Amino acid sequence: MSVQVERAPRLRRFEFAPVRGIWRHELALYKRYWKSQSFASMVEPTFFLLAFGYGFGSMIAVIGDYRYLDFVATGVVGVAALFTSVFPGMFNGYIRRVFQHTYDAMLATPVDVHELVTAEALWIAAKSAVYSCTPLVVALFFGLDPSWGMLLVPIVTFFTALGFGLFGTWTSSVVPSINSFDYVITGVVTPLFLIAGTFFPVEALPGWAQTVSYFNPLYHCVELVRDAVFGLDPLADLGHLGALVLFAALMWTIAVRGMRKRLID
Amino acid sequence: MQRVQAEAAPERDGREAAISLRGVVKRFGDFTAVDGLDLEVPPGVCLGLLGPNGAGKSTTMKMLTAQAIADEGGIRVLGFEVPRESKRARAVMGVVPQQDNLDEELTARENLEVFAHLYRVPRRARRQAVDDALALAHLTGKQLTKVDDLSGGMRRRLLIARGLVHSPALVLLDEPTVGLDPQVRAELWGLIDGLRARGTTVLMSTHYIEEAERLADDCALMSHGRVIARGSPSVLVAEYAGARVVEHYGPPDRLTEVERIAQGAGLSTRRTGPSVSVLKAETIPPSLEDELGPDGVRRAANLEDVFVVLTGERVE
Repeated sequence: MSVQVERAPRLRRFEFAPVRGIWRHELALYKRYWKSQSFASMVEPTFFLLAFGYGFGSMIAVIGDYRYLDFVATGVVGVAALFTSVFPGMFNGYIRRVFQHTYDAMLATPVDVHELVTAEALWIAAKSAVYSCTPLVVALFFGLDPSWGMLLVPIVTFFTALGFGLFGTWTSSVVPSINSFDYVITGVVTPLFLIAGTFFPVEALPGWAQTVSYFNPLYHCVELVRDAVFGLDPLADLGHLGALVLFAALMWTIAVRGMRKRLID
Repeated sequence: MQRVQAEAAPERDGREAAISLRGVVKRFGDFTAVDGLDLEVPPGVCLGLLGPNGAGKSTTMKMLTAQAIADEGGIRVLGFEVPRESKRARAVMGVVPQQDNLDEELTARENLEVFAHLYRVPRRARRQAVDDALALAHLTGKQLTKVDDLSGGMRRRLLIARGLVHSPALVLLDEPTVGLDPQVRAELWGLIDGLRARGTTVLMSTHYIEEAERLADDCALMSHGRVIARGSPSVLVAEYAGARVVEHYGPPDRLTEVERIAQGAGLSTRRTGPSVSVLKAETIPPSLEDELGPDGVRRAANLEDVFVVLTGERVE
């Protein structure tokens, strides 16, 4: 008897079959580690929310039209999207490529580098989209008014996490050692969430820092989340969404290029 | 095991080589790892790619899956042009790498399930394919054990099973038994021998002479990125080392004298530490035997003699 493959691989094209195969790998790992992953991904932003919300909230009652707790809750959604995507992108990418050689094994099957990178980034983004909503759920218990717009938040965090996950993958392909991530975390990731309007409005920053923040994808994420929760501003929000999609597309391009350079001799 | 066929595989007339490399060159900076390699592997043959570390065996293997791209030359695998059509070729070949890259956090079964997906085994056949691969590797009883808890031999068998889960027409085995103890090595030889019996084409790189002699129908000896001799182990041995070899042991001066006498009579010799071997011992005339001295020990010639004579390098 002869077993047919599902479909003959198409050349130089993006196919969904390899993506499904890589998701099967991710699912198998997730089934084993979902408890610890969920704990870290949901509890850490909650700590941020409670610490800043209650800590600073006792000194700052409102920012603009928002209660400080509500302002921070929506900002921490962005921080959660950043953390739950950039770190898996960086560390999984590096460990699987350098230490576990998982990617070498996968690329010996009918999987190409662009499919591998895309599949892993989509998985990271999907998980992050859900986990990033935790601060909002917690804030609901502390008086945040529910709104239908909140249902849009996972879409916003998905695109944000997609870009940052791919950014993590790209950095994993360019760093000379795993210790080099210290530079990335301290020099890039930390400033990103500090100048994104997460814990205080960017208007409070000096002019140059405000300008920089407009080029920060996380700023656009936070603005979109706030608008989704408190009221949409369609034109501005389309601009924010466009910035996130553009960021993801740019990161995809350099992540695929970086990984191809590392994985194909 | 069942053979997987790609829907779009080009029609083959049965004469086309399973693997064909023509004038393949691969450079890493100033270093030329593969230097004008010509190699053909007919369907159904187990070819042993033999050579010391750095001979270009692993680079050749990687070029066949397009994980390394040749700088020059042409490569065809199962009728597909590589790298242009490599994705199709990879769908119908299995790869067993030198390095253990199993997912340690998953069970044996989960590892195979993931690769059954990646190799696009249809849903209805997937469970059976995984069961068959587990049975082939004698790991059915360990299917729910995490890879991290398997012994070195079991992991190696699982690695082979992973490369066979889609019943490929061609299997690339890169140093399949490197670093394993003799008992495990013998176990794996049985497994690989089973592939040959099924008619699967096998390209096996190794630097173990005994492995090549035991498993390969045909051998290609590689040195410095090219094939320097090709033939069945017995033909190669007969051609380059003869039927028997005489080994002389002694102090360096004595060995040098043996070399001088033998080479003076047109015979090939190989020096290995405390001994000198004179090849094609059956052709040594009695008078020369007297001159060489009575301390020689006769043994059957082997592939290692051939390799050392041709390259001046040693393999294990």
